[in-house]
Amino acid sequence: MRLIADLFDKVRPNFEKGGSLEFAEPLFEATESFLFTTDKVTEGKTHIRDYLETKRLMSMVVLAVVPCTLMAFYNTGLQRLLATGVANPSILKAMGIGAMVFFPLYIITLIAGGFWEVLFAIVRKHEINEGFLVTSLLFPLILPPTLPLWQAAIGISFGVVIGKEVFGGTGMNILNPALTARVFLFFTYPSNMSGDKVWILVDSAKDKLIDGFSGATPLAVAAAETGGNVVAALNKAGFTYSKLFFGLIPGSIGETSALACLIGAVILIWVGIASWRTMVGCILGATVVSTAFNFLAPASTNAMLSLPFYYHFVMGGFAFGTVFMATDPVSSATTSTGKWIYGILIGVLVVIIRCVNPAYPEGMMLAILLMNAFAPLIDHFVAEANIKGRKKRATE
Amino acid sequence: MSKHSNWNVLTQGLFKENPVLILMIGLCPALATSSNANDAFGMGVATMAVLLASNILISVTRKFVPEEIRIPIFIIVISTFVTIVDYIIHAYAIELYASLGIFIPLIVVNCIILGRAEAFASKNALIPSILDALGMGTGFILAITILGAIRELLGNGSISFLGRELFNMQAAGFKPALLFIMPPGAFIVLGFMIAGVKRLTREKGCEDLEKKASCCVPPSV
Repeated sequence: MRLIADLFDKVRPNFEKGGSLEFAEPLFEATESFLFTTDKVTEGKTHIRDYLETKRLMSMVVLAVVPCTLMAFYNTGLQRLLATGVANPSILKAMGIGAMVFFPLYIITLIAGGFWEVLFAIVRKHEINEGFLVTSLLFPLILPPTLPLWQAAIGISFGVVIGKEVFGGTGMNILNPALTARVFLFFTYPSNMSGDKVWILVDSAKDKLIDGFSGATPLAVAAAETGGNVVAALNKAGFTYSKLFFGLIPGSIGETSALACLIGAVILIWVGIASWRTMVGCILGATVVSTAFNFLAPASTNAMLSLPFYYHFVMGGFAFGTVFMATDPVSSATTSTGKWIYGILIGVLVVIIRCVNPAYPEGMMLAILLMNAFAPLIDHFVAEANIKGRKKRATE
Repeated sequence: MSKHSNWNVLTQGLFKENPVLILMIGLCPALATSSNANDAFGMGVATMAVLLASNILISVTRKFVPEEIRIPIFIIVISTFVTIVDYIIHAYAIELYASLGIFIPLIVVNCIILGRAEAFASKNALIPSILDALGMGTGFILAITILGAIRELLGNGSISFLGRELFNMQAAGFKPALLFIMPPGAFIVLGFMIAGVKRLTREKGCEDLEKKASCCVPPSV
């Protein structure tokens, strides 16, 4: 340990002002603070001391995503093995296949996104921020397993540059960078990001598939149902509630398991990083609107309206989005009341997009991004109301 | 406006006061009709024709148009020329007419035309007004055509001009990025174009932010 510290001290002058490698200072700083605790303190008049700095915070999020990542390995492999007719797939074999899907996507995300991070850090002369570690881990988990690697690279480049750096880097972004990257791919290459063919890692030309293979996600199955009983249709397609809850269904790589997201939520709330208000708000909003839709369902041929509220939580990206995306401390609302409003409106919008909009079976990504854009406005009105209330109390 | 030489009047619309990239007027047609280079160029030429005609008429009549009712008169003049252009495109370029659609009649409300009528033609003699229309019109054509070409190249892998497709990379395996021919693509590409022009035209001394922080907003680190 001492040896490495000495090495850093020895090469440091090269990176300081006037040194020959001055331009690469952010790189040096990032490597050093990755290995050692920094001795830098806040410059200026205010100084906040807390053991929880950005790096610890981001490490906790990475830890909370681990259950989802493990489920992602297993489920991605499992879906492939089941589709190709393997009767009792072994857990290890499934996880091996899943890892072979996840790691290339993850590595290409790190390379492409990291390139832009470092480039902006050097040009802007600011430090490389750990925020990208979380973005780069979350991004592959919300992609379909069949996505070509070059598309993932283009997507994360867009997410980092347009979603974050043009606004001034980590902490300044209006939209969640990982979701910005995904929404770019969603509208740019729709044939690779939606439909029934992308959610299971099979090549219909090469692989021998089981009879009656569809590849549709539960939400697509539910959306395709007209008039009948939507829960019965889901069961008929093999999507029982327990399967939906454990996440043994086709979908984006890491979003399928509500159980894994629940474990992540417990970790995030326990260490105090993610806001429980936002999460409860999402669930509350979705519950109220889907229950209201249930009453309207008999008068309509839209079967999605009759879907019970607890099904919404375990289908598509609702759980993953609620726990890891909506709670992003930068792009969500920051006031406590604001978080309630922000969360509830996300829940409301998801159910509306899922049930009423025929173009998109899933609405979690669009709902979160839309509310990201509104979060500063919500905060503004919450603060205004607070100021007004205090003035009133003071004058009474 | 005697301080402007005729040459300055002609060239300022091209770059220094480019209507789309610097003044940021006429953005609605620039965003809406620039999904390919061909439509964008057609829109640019149509707008320039109306601009030239309205600048001429408004400049000639500027002495006896009463101050109080000048705006309604400008609108009538402009809409007359737009109607003429509308019929001409309908008669001679039916494909362009179909793809531009409602945006041809909407040239009436293009800020560039009313803006130049109010700010320039109603105050200047005939020759400068013609030069102003030519400069501003060319600046608009340039901006909208480049915007359309970039969007078409990224979003469709091709570039079309005067009704013909010059080349198409889709056959060579290029996968078009559909976002760029959709409305968000227009905003993103235009944003980058404006950023590029800002970078090129910024005042000298801004490169070193520490030396002269007053002319630019300092980075908030």
